[in-house]
Amino acid sequence: MEGKESKKSCDQCGADDAVVHLTQIVSNEMKTSHLCEKCAAVKGVEGIEGPVNFPLTGFLAQLTDAPGSEDPPEALGPCSFCGLTFEKFREAGRLGCPHCYTTYESYLRGLLRRVHGSTQHLGKVYLPPDPAASDVEKQMEVLRHKLQRAVDSEDFERAAGLRDKIRRMEPAGTDHIP
Amino acid sequence: MSDLHTLPNHGLGWLDASGEHAGVVLSTRIRLARNLQGHAFGPRARVNDREAVLEQTRRAMDKVELLAGSTLLALPDLDHRSRGMLLERRLASRELLGDVKVGPSRATAVLLAAQDPLSVMVNEEDHLRLQGLVSGLRLKEAWNRVDRLDEELGQELPFAYHHEFGFLTSCPTNVGSGLRASVLVHLPGLVLTKEIGKVLQGLGQVGLTFRGLYGEGSEVVGNFFQLSNQTTLGKSEEELVEHLDKIVRQVIQYEDQARQVLLRDAPQVTEDKIWRAYGLLQYARSLPFEELMNLLSGIRLGVGLKLLPELRVYTLNKLMIFTQTAHLEQAAGRDLSPGECDAHRAAYVRSVLSKEGPATPEEEIEQTDSPTEG
Repeated sequence: MEGKESKKSCDQCGADDAVVHLTQIVSNEMKTSHLCEKCAAVKGVEGIEGPVNFPLTGFLAQLTDAPGSEDPPEALGPCSFCGLTFEKFREAGRLGCPHCYTTYESYLRGLLRRVHGSTQHLGKVYLPPDPAASDVEKQMEVLRHKLQRAVDSEDFERAAGLRDKIRRMEPAGTDHIP
Repeated sequence: MSDLHTLPNHGLGWLDASGEHAGVVLSTRIRLARNLQGHAFGPRARVNDREAVLEQTRRAMDKVELLAGSTLLALPDLDHRSRGMLLERRLASRELLGDVKVGPSRATAVLLAAQDPLSVMVNEEDHLRLQGLVSGLRLKEAWNRVDRLDEELGQELPFAYHHEFGFLTSCPTNVGSGLRASVLVHLPGLVLTKEIGKVLQGLGQVGLTFRGLYGEGSEVVGNFFQLSNQTTLGKSEEELVEHLDKIVRQVIQYEDQARQVLLRDAPQVTEDKIWRAYGLLQYARSLPFEELMNLLSGIRLGVGLKLLPELRVYTLNKLMIFTQTAHLEQAAGRDLSPGECDAHRAAYVRSVLSKEGPATPEEEIEQTDSPTEG
């Protein structure tokens, strides 16, 4: 369906290829409209009765603005492992690496509560394959916390030392995103 | 190099219409999102992250019993038609395939288990997306299979896991169980009786959502709806699966009731619609995909109402998959223009229906005299 046959003409002007396909439920009836980029822009949200398909990033941004976040999110990050800033997270709606969950933990707790209604995983309990690797990971977590605190308190000399220590512990082949 | 062409039927076990409620429920899918410790997630992963993930997966494949004899298809090594076929067989996502002009990113792959119905997408938005795809409504079975693969892979690969948040994923909407269970249902009765809006709105109130045939962002065509869980955190995998199962069974009941209303209140219109759809499919010389899907929806309803008793559900399923662009181009051995595609599609449908479709009394007489078109 990604293919050539899926091209449609715009319901509004009939000329251009439709790029916006909107499935709406209006008065308990399902309606699909096809609009070209121009007509979709002109129609804007006025033609849409109620929220239907909205992008995830917008959704997350809305949630970000909602009251109830424990920490001012701008004060968090960037992630010491992948370098993801809060602004980038907000823009893309995606976290950068497992460590981001620690970096943005206090903010994420509020977000997850709003998205899932809970922050506590109640599913499968996972034990990593190698206990030794797990210990290293735990040590690295502690170091990352220390690093974060050093960065927060602008103790950059200590932060540089901690960062070097973390890098030495990381598995070979791991790359860093500045 | 492994080649999809050597596996013409791979990953299509879910078409066989063997599962429960196969007339209404085309397929059941369970997907688990997993990431490996020590590497950035898909969108922020660098090439060496991605290559390391692929290499670790390749090594794990050899040790995991469930993946014995499995095939790893590196997407950059496949031609565009083979990649398209993976999408059309629902074994790869649009995101994994990448931009149409640019092609897939480095180190993207699809792993197909020798034992249907398991597959794994490598280096999509999450490092691994484990998938189980089965025919009909079989949520528990699909979950059990994927769960076993997850257990085995998790012993070989260090998954990213947080004591509170569970399995960590690129998008916070997938975190926790990382589980998305979805059921592809055909609901023409509810659409024709205009009850579908209420049902779909009700889904939101019970923590479920709906999408089109090809998942997120895809359109609803041919009255096929993919119903799935919306949240992934705060409930066990079993609870998520059981809840979806319960609601889908209710939706099937509503659909049955709607079909009875159609038969009771508009029998002639319904029968006419079904036979017109069948007539068009038998004789059309050009069929755009969406038109085909709408006509197939009509005859699928006809089979469900026993108005077209001799047409097998498997035939209908097959007509949905092998009439997509990449499959038609593969059969033709070349790229096709949109017009050519519509013509090839119509020819394929005519050919299948002449061999596998129900015979009318008139046709039965004709068939004794002359061979039908092939």
